[in-house]
Amino acid sequence: MPLTLLKIKQILNAEVLYGEDKLDKEIQSACGSDLMSDVLAFVKEQTLLLTGLTNHHVIRTAELLDVSAIVFVRGKCPAPDIIEMSRNHSIVLMSTADSMFTACGKLYQAGLSGGGEIQ
Amino acid sequence: MKEKVVNGSESCVQSAKTALIRQIYRVQAMDFASAGEISGKIKNILKQLGVNGEMIRRAAIASYEAEMNLVIHSWGGSLIFVVTPEEIQIITQDTGPGIPDIDLAMQEGYSTASDQARELGFGAGMGLPNIQRCSDRVEISSKEGQGTTLKISFFL
Repeated sequence: MPLTLLKIKQILNAEVLYGEDKLDKEIQSACGSDLMSDVLAFVKEQTLLLTGLTNHHVIRTAELLDVSAIVFVRGKCPAPDIIEMSRNHSIVLMSTADSMFTACGKLYQAGLSGGGEIQ
Repeated sequence: MKEKVVNGSESCVQSAKTALIRQIYRVQAMDFASAGEISGKIKNILKQLGVNGEMIRRAAIASYEAEMNLVIHSWGGSLIFVVTPEEIQIITQDTGPGIPDIDLAMQEGYSTASDQARELGFGAGMGLPNIQRCSDRVEISSKEGQGTTLKISFFL
């Protein structure tokens, strides 16, 4: 079941770091990973990426795959230049205090699917 | 010189004459900060050409992995982006340690990457398998202590 970013924000009690005006966007599926090569191997469009990494390769990976939004887990917050980079590519950024396991579990319970498998 | 065609069987060398686009980008070893920028440019060019979305995605993924490989493993090299009426090619040529065992390097999970690459979410032995998965043909030739050439093709 697709969820809006606003709904995802509420479920994860997340702080929006960039893209407060884009929360009406619908997300079809999600992927939780700290391994960008795994993300590159499987992710589809209109996907939400949950990750514990905050470096610029996370944004670059999202840009190349047309990932709509990124949630940083365990309260992590990227540096201002990383947030600026996401602004340039219109990728919504959020931060949640939940761990990766908990955040993924909450979204799965709310009906969001993995939506893709490694081919 | 060891050579291997990983996907596909026939070799297909396009002459410069038939290329619609031919761009050469330099890639510096260990330049983690700008790694991926070239792949972003390639993605934009393919978008402007009106290539279909799935093909753009596959080319962008392969290009990014190939670009990261140059940054992580080589001593520096070039990424050459070619579009012909028949195919998209992403070719990397580097000077570097080379790949002693190409079959081993093609296995998921086999990696010789540094901790620095791993901290950024790469270097888990997924690069070449990812490139193989999303392309139509991969050709690798490598000489230990000298360098590696990787040619990735996508059939239009």
